[in-house]
Amino acid sequence: MRWVRKHLLTGYAILAFGYLMLPVAVVILFSFNAPAGRFNYVWEGFTLDNWIHWDAVPGIRDAVVKSLEVGIVSTIAATALGTVLALAIVRHRFRGRGFVNVLVFLPMSTPEIVLGASLLTMFLQAQVVTGFVTIFIAHVMFIVSYVVVTVKARLIDFDRHLEEAAMDLGAGEWTTFRLITLPLLAPAILSAALLGFALSIDDFVITYFVSGPTQTFPLFVWGAARVSVPPQVNVVASAIFLVAILVMIGNVLWGLRARRARETMPHAVPLPEQLHQPEAA
Amino acid sequence: MTFLHRHKWLTPYLLLLPGIAWLAVFFLVPLGFLGYQSLQSGSFESGYSFTWEFSNYWDAISTYNEQLIRSFLYAGIATVIALLVAYPLVYWIAFRGGRWKNLFLILIVAPLFVTYLVRTLAWLNILADEGPIVNTLKTLGILGSDGRLLATGFAVVAGITYNFLPFMALPLYVSLEQIDSRLLEAAEDLYASKRQAFLRVTLPLSAPGIVAGTLLTFIPAAGDFINAQLLGTPRQSMVGNVIQSKFLELIDYPAAASLSFILMALILAALLVYARAVGTERLTG
Repeated sequence: MRWVRKHLLTGYAILAFGYLMLPVAVVILFSFNAPAGRFNYVWEGFTLDNWIHWDAVPGIRDAVVKSLEVGIVSTIAATALGTVLALAIVRHRFRGRGFVNVLVFLPMSTPEIVLGASLLTMFLQAQVVTGFVTIFIAHVMFIVSYVVVTVKARLIDFDRHLEEAAMDLGAGEWTTFRLITLPLLAPAILSAALLGFALSIDDFVITYFVSGPTQTFPLFVWGAARVSVPPQVNVVASAIFLVAILVMIGNVLWGLRARRARETMPHAVPLPEQLHQPEAA
Repeated sequence: MTFLHRHKWLTPYLLLLPGIAWLAVFFLVPLGFLGYQSLQSGSFESGYSFTWEFSNYWDAISTYNEQLIRSFLYAGIATVIALLVAYPLVYWIAFRGGRWKNLFLILIVAPLFVTYLVRTLAWLNILADEGPIVNTLKTLGILGSDGRLLATGFAVVAGITYNFLPFMALPLYVSLEQIDSRLLEAAEDLYASKRQAFLRVTLPLSAPGIVAGTLLTFIPAAGDFINAQLLGTPRQSMVGNVIQSKFLELIDYPAAASLSFILMALILAALLVYARAVGTERLTG
């Protein structure tokens, strides 16, 4: 009975993974489809044409380039703002901490449509012309909170003894920050930036409101969905997916290797706790 | 630098300034504008003026109560299904995943890396009228010969459930993964059955994950309009569809703004009811 139950759960997990992967597989499969008419809904035959001529559809290349541009600039800005915010929140005492925490939390718990609608309302009333800059403003706004959450989590576990050691050895505040704090925070900042970029490149709702005539890839898909979606859309989506998955798997393997390196050389960098109790090992 | 050394108390405020200013100017101030707009009267042609037009809110509720109720109904059903689907899967990863846990987690978040609209469109292929699922259901007699899944509430709820499932699964995983396995051993030592150990140890300890996952799924689901637009028909339209079309197609800003505020207020009310039910410390902690 116990055997059955154990394997029941494993069987369920396989089914659930299948369910999660099904649409992904469909997207990738239909990127190789050779549709007879305008509609890419029925499997007609295998072709590589869509991948070779991925930009044969008018507008798709510009939309992809625009998405990448928006993603890069807004990720850089949001990561910088968010990292500094997280440092201030975790490292310093100040008045209005409650307000700051709520202000960081609120954009994540507000429906996207409200974020987009309110920004558009402001831009219209202030007579700001919507376009690349307003998309950038909106993306930075909704990414910052995610950066703060990611970097904050790392800062809370941060071993401050390392910074104290640097200062004891005569390093100034700025040197300590540059040589100790920043390198140790780098993995968290990098994952925050990757998350931010993924959020930016995938965003439809907020961008839809503040884009004006500018077209990003999700907006291109929306426009195409009203008529017919060319297989090239699947090609671009599959390519984004594959790059993201490779980055994530690389990240996991990197983490495994780093852990193994630490385990095989436990005394390479003696941590302050270990110095106090050598017999514990 | 010397100025900063003399006024050390300033440092946190200088660090906070750029990020907080950005959020204040591009999140709080726009909400103010939205509130201002929601109380205006007039039309796009003749221009709008601020008249404390509270009737906008009553009009919106009475005209669109159907879409409002449907949004919360669909979001609620999708949240419950996502919890039921995700919990056993994440439980399996946390307790049986072994050293491949992180790779299994990648499989869970993988759908998020397929552009939202494209992965929603993939359900058009899967649930298509002559597709394998519809045909199987017809053979089994579950669907009538002219039955379909697309353009029904089922398709919209299925799309929402799928799209937000990772947001349910991740916090669940974090809370299950943190459970100290010694607690379960202790329960077993004290003659708890597997079932009792699950109900009295694992389930209560995963409550923070259930709460966080529920919120992360329900809030975006209630405001969603993409699934209803792509997989449904106007008969399945949700409040997001109304806001979107009033804003961008019909150019009826005051009505769209008041509906946005009603959506936010209802989500807040749902949060408060939920907070009372599960306890506030679980919600904020």
